[in-house]
Amino acid sequence: MLIKKSADIRSSEITPQDLYVNRRKFLAGVGLTAAAVGLGAKELLAPSREARAMEAISGIQKSAFSTNEKITPINDVTHYNNYYEFSTEKEPPAELAKNFKTHPWTVTIDGDVPKKQKLDIDTILKFAPPEERIYRLRCVEGWSIVVPWVGFSLSELIKRAQPLGKAKYVVFTSVLRPTEMPGQDRQILDWPYVEGLRMDEAMHPLTLLCFGMYGQTLANQNGAPLRVIVPWKYGFKSAKGIVKISFSTKEPLTTWNEANPHDFGFYSNVNPNVDRYHSQAHEHRLGEFLPRPTLMFNGYDQVAGLYSGMDLAKNY
Amino acid sequence: MIRWIKVVVFLACLFPLGLLLWRFFGPHPTDMTTWGVGLGANPLEALEHGTGDWTLRFILITLSITPLRKLLGIPSLIKFRRMFGLFAFFYGCLHFATYLTLDKFFNLQEILADIGKRKYITVGFTAFVLLVPLALTSTAASIRRLGGKRWRALHRLIYAAAIAGVIHYIWLVKADIRKPLEYGAVLAVLLAYRIIEWIRASVRQPAPPARVKVAVE
Repeated sequence: MLIKKSADIRSSEITPQDLYVNRRKFLAGVGLTAAAVGLGAKELLAPSREARAMEAISGIQKSAFSTNEKITPINDVTHYNNYYEFSTEKEPPAELAKNFKTHPWTVTIDGDVPKKQKLDIDTILKFAPPEERIYRLRCVEGWSIVVPWVGFSLSELIKRAQPLGKAKYVVFTSVLRPTEMPGQDRQILDWPYVEGLRMDEAMHPLTLLCFGMYGQTLANQNGAPLRVIVPWKYGFKSAKGIVKISFSTKEPLTTWNEANPHDFGFYSNVNPNVDRYHSQAHEHRLGEFLPRPTLMFNGYDQVAGLYSGMDLAKNY
Repeated sequence: MIRWIKVVVFLACLFPLGLLLWRFFGPHPTDMTTWGVGLGANPLEALEHGTGDWTLRFILITLSITPLRKLLGIPSLIKFRRMFGLFAFFYGCLHFATYLTLDKFFNLQEILADIGKRKYITVGFTAFVLLVPLALTSTAASIRRLGGKRWRALHRLIYAAAIAGVIHYIWLVKADIRKPLEYGAVLAVLLAYRIIEWIRASVRQPAPPARVKVAVE
């Protein structure tokens, strides 16, 4: 096993003790408390069915990358999903994903690495302490949400995989399991779903290896048990249900790019000035009445340096 | 009798709108404080799609009147055709209004760019524009003024509007064209009927097979 074992620190040693203890006490009370922190008591009175199936994650740290914008209610985030492996409509995945099995789960690491390996999900989750990252997510369809994801920087996994110097891209392959994913019975897209990032994008601290939301493990329809979140790119770049992470020297052919290269480029950075598919100048934040202007890189200006010297109208 | 049926049909045609409004404004079991929750997480999109769906449905209903009255032998169905056609226009107006207000919020610059650049908007807008003269000349007085022949020629625009409407839907979806193709299949059948009738008429064969009349004995 070439993966370096991470220092076995308990999260209690990282988080200030008083905060940690308080949090533990708090979480012990009710399973849904974590969700309530972001949402207020209203959600507690009407918890969603899926929320109960999610398990609380302990020892979550706060992150400086979090926005202080209003968090989208969990019920909307779990009942408005683009997850074509289950359905091309947005409400059915919540129900259709209910019996999707997320354990046991292994992730294959291969490609330009010293040694191909299979990692158990529980091993991966111990690579770094869980952080809450409250990110904006902008869909290419013109809507957006604000979600408190839980995970850690993807770089934590990449470092341990020790990719070779020639590796320039990271490729994510999502699960192929037609028996549990009715949408895969039809070749709407070329299954399994494949997404990818350039190595520097994947190593950027904002890029999140995500396994939770609202203080709990991910809902199945939101990509459980493991996904990535790339907040400055359109939502489809943030692959769900990942079973393989490969390192590659050449740019991978990603699923939406293959389906419609004119509208969905490999980069697909949120860009109000490049109106592929739809006009992308504005967006509808779920729960808001008026459209709001879409920001370059979805407001994550710190990634601009990754693309210096590139014509983003061409490399969309 | 027809009068009363007309009232009932009229109210039935308003039902989809009533349902959308109720779900938009009405209370919701789990959340009494927020508007639109009855329409799910994205009520604006639900309104836009709902009104668009019903525009297409009413266009198809309107186009099915002629074949149905012949195939079923109920010529009086013609008395409902104008109403259905006007409801198609009505839902089309609501659909367009939803796009202008809720979706684009009167952002004229973006709307014009959309109509020029987004082919699914171009073709959808075309369908809507084609329906305008049909709605304006829907009165009996207009038929008299134009004369039956010219009026019928003008109202063939509905075929173009229907085709444009289905294409609008096909081009709008990201990958799954199953639903728009369902509309397309119904439209294809309705257009095929007319093509067959037209060929029959032009080869001067005797009139289409006698109407099947339900025996009332």
